[in-house]
Amino acid sequence: MPLLSVQDLRVEFATADEPVVAVDDVSFSVGEGEFVGVVGESGCGKSTMLFALARLLSPPAEITGGSVEFRGQNLVTMTEKQLNVLRWRDFSVVMQSAMNALNPVASIGAQFADAIAAHAKYTKAQTAERSVEVLKLVGIDPVHLKSYPHQLSGGMRQRAMIAMALLFTPDLVIMDEPTSALDVVAQRALMVQIRQLQAQLGFAVIFVTHDMSLVSHFSDQLLVMYAGQVVEAGPTRTVFDDPQHPYSRGLLDAFPSIRGPRVPLVGIPGSPPDLARPPAGCRFQPRCPVAEAECDTSRPALFPVGPAHSRCLLNAPKPSAEEVHHG
Amino acid sequence: MRSVLRNRKALSGLVLFLIFVVLAAVPRLFTSITDPNKLAFAPAQPPSGDHLLGTTALGQDIWAQLVYGTRQSLVIALVAGFFATVLSVLVGVSAAYLGGLADEILSMITNIFLIIPTFPLIIILATYAGKGTLTVVLIVLVITGWSYGANQLRAQALSLRNRDFLESARVRGERRSYIILAEMLPTMTSLIVANFLGAALYSVLTAAGLQFLGLGDPNSISWGTMLYWSQNQQALQSGMPLWSIAPGLCVALLGISFALLNYAFDEISNPALRPVRRRRAAA
Amino acid sequence: MAELLQTRGLSRHFKVGGTFSGKRLHAVDDVNLTINSREIVALVGESGSGKSTIARLLARVYKPTAGEIIYEGRSLETLRRRKDLLAYRGDVPMVFQDPFSSLNPAYRVKHGILRGLILHRPELDAAQRRAEAVRVVEAVGLHPAADILERYPYQLSGGQRQRIGFAQALAYRPKLIIADEPVSMLDVSIRIGLLNLMAALREDEGVSILYITHDIASARYLSDRIAVMYGGHIVEAGPTEAVLSDPKHPYTQLLLSAVPDPRAPLDPAAVADRGEPPRVIDPAPGCRFRGRCPLAVERCEAETPLLRELGPGHDTACHVAEPDREHTR
Repeated sequence: MPLLSVQDLRVEFATADEPVVAVDDVSFSVGEGEFVGVVGESGCGKSTMLFALARLLSPPAEITGGSVEFRGQNLVTMTEKQLNVLRWRDFSVVMQSAMNALNPVASIGAQFADAIAAHAKYTKAQTAERSVEVLKLVGIDPVHLKSYPHQLSGGMRQRAMIAMALLFTPDLVIMDEPTSALDVVAQRALMVQIRQLQAQLGFAVIFVTHDMSLVSHFSDQLLVMYAGQVVEAGPTRTVFDDPQHPYSRGLLDAFPSIRGPRVPLVGIPGSPPDLARPPAGCRFQPRCPVAEAECDTSRPALFPVGPAHSRCLLNAPKPSAEEVHHG
Repeated sequence: MRSVLRNRKALSGLVLFLIFVVLAAVPRLFTSITDPNKLAFAPAQPPSGDHLLGTTALGQDIWAQLVYGTRQSLVIALVAGFFATVLSVLVGVSAAYLGGLADEILSMITNIFLIIPTFPLIIILATYAGKGTLTVVLIVLVITGWSYGANQLRAQALSLRNRDFLESARVRGERRSYIILAEMLPTMTSLIVANFLGAALYSVLTAAGLQFLGLGDPNSISWGTMLYWSQNQQALQSGMPLWSIAPGLCVALLGISFALLNYAFDEISNPALRPVRRRRAAA
Repeated sequence: MAELLQTRGLSRHFKVGGTFSGKRLHAVDDVNLTINSREIVALVGESGSGKSTIARLLARVYKPTAGEIIYEGRSLETLRRRKDLLAYRGDVPMVFQDPFSSLNPAYRVKHGILRGLILHRPELDAAQRRAEAVRVVEAVGLHPAADILERYPYQLSGGQRQRIGFAQALAYRPKLIIADEPVSMLDVSIRIGLLNLMAALREDEGVSILYITHDIASARYLSDRIAVMYGGHIVEAGPTEAVLSDPKHPYTQLLLSAVPDPRAPLDPAAVADRGEPPRVIDPAPGCRFRGRCPLAVERCEAETPLLRELGPGHDTACHVAEPDREHTR
């Protein structure tokens, strides 16, 4: 059984008019110790989906369909009390901006103690011991338990957040763009660190980011999201080496290389659709360089392409010769 | 305008306010009496067809006094509110934008006015200025009412100060005065209007309080002086409760209308604050 | 190629630690930077490197603590009259990083462009200003220009707003545009469009651009020359291809190895570095990178390295770096 299995997850935002579907029937699964990268640009729904997974959505957003099975238990139907048993012990969350997520007026040690107290009954000694342990895990000197967030550098703050997420060595850690506030060298160091910790402790990671190249060397599985849907999914190397969906291809091509020849690049013209009024057919069609007539009207499903999947009509299975003959 | 009509708070606040405006503008539509202070009737009458709210201990029609008194209370609220807001904006926004020594000085002045206990100050000023005419009351209200808003506006202006569009204006070569007036203030309208409504509310209540204490002009016609005289004549104990209750209620209602308009303005200008009412799904 | 702007020994220090403390933050120290006409120069560095301070020094938001800026042969110190300073601002405008706060939300988009024209091109009348506003909006690739000008910022996307930022700068008929991280806050698929726009502006409008960024890959894509900053100093500068294909300063090498490139295998080097850029307060002499440098020697502790030419037009501030084999100096 996979560690986490998301089936047809749907998240809607209530508005004065029709509700806006921010996450549209997303399905994927995460195995033990796997690193899943979820990539997409602003407005694609990746952060909303992440919050939905962790049951952290608040009105006007709510889950209106699908299931999120964690070791067979459906998180969507659980009560807050039931969720609290799982939270932080079985899965935890690392937020985007540590400066915003950490309490600026409490020391790191105090915040760790809060997190521990919320989910277990440790003695003071046990709390202190565990706090020192997790800080050492991420390479921060334990003397910083007394420090306040503003006294740490950006990179250290993010690592402190990760340490906090590991207090109970959960099986799954969900991360929402944890590196976006960091510089390139700190980003690289953090990614390597996360991978090392994974190898050491065996937890799975769902990593949401807008920076596709960042996860290219670190993730096992890659999901590309656009306008609330998964448009491509598969083993990372497959998706990078042979992207099937025109959006993934466009996205990959939008990264200038620092090695190899300097070539003019094109990017993807236009902007993502207004989710209050999504297009009738394929959502990428207005910006797609290879769109055909039927892309306007039919909504593509997620078609299998070798080990990956792609939501593009060009990847729809062609009828076999026999069927054509008899049809 | 449509958003005003759709918002319940705005609508009720606006309606309430307009009622008072009409009462103040054309009092003759609501009462046949031309001089409410004239001791023309039998004293201490209970409400009747002739006298909607009865008469005072001195023989004046309470309803007439109420209607004519609206004008002064409204004028006080709007004029004092306006000037207090102007002062708040000038001091608060300049302090934030100019920074450095200017900020220190202006903030110090603001804080001094903020800490001084207002009511004792008001009483001293009002007594010193002689039995207060309307002008004195207005001046006192403005002097004591501007500092709170100045702090708020300074805080907001400080947060705006580093917004790129202001730096962009500076790099463009605009003069400082232009940047403050034409680039900064327009983005602060929500808070400035809120400040105005708050200052108006403060003025209504404080003016009523001043007049209640007899520091206004006891011969003028206003809700506050009604409260003064009714308390003077012990209206509540002597079977003329409406003489005290009616003006008190009006002060409260005018204040409520400002408060509602304040909420409404916030909601209209900041869509994030609007309550989301789910439309029933189409069948 | 004519020299357009040059800084000599440019420094900017800030007071830190309260009113009575004597501590100084050395945001920019002793920077010599040259920008020629019709050229795009990239200024690359992490946060705290001083690159944004340089932008503001060139845009006259800050005054230098030491050193001078020479524009078209004249030092900026000689610009005393408001008229002269205004003329400089018209020649050297700035484009900002955050598309969500760089336009005043209370006004339509045309407001900034028209104000700029009123200030910097007073010879135009209202109708001509209108026409010029339409021209620059079209020049940055936004259509239909007349329609876009009447919109409010919230009605435009991030990429469109950044283009308006460039349009505002173009309206002055500038010689040099200072672009402070103009694409960092945009989605990846939109960035290329703006980078291409900047390259086109150099060709079509003949304008130079100082492209400030922390993204070395986009710097390579766009720029003719590149300068790498660390701790307030320029540590390496030269033609882009030369610097990036043969980086001589250990910091440049570190940066290059840390850039994620999906098409290349992971470079195991420089993984040990945690990426903690320095805050340079009251610095001692010596190289500011020595704490993180794998090649540091004793000399690096005592003596601040100066930029030396180690290749054609390729300068490096490092005691340990080797010159090109062919380069004799």
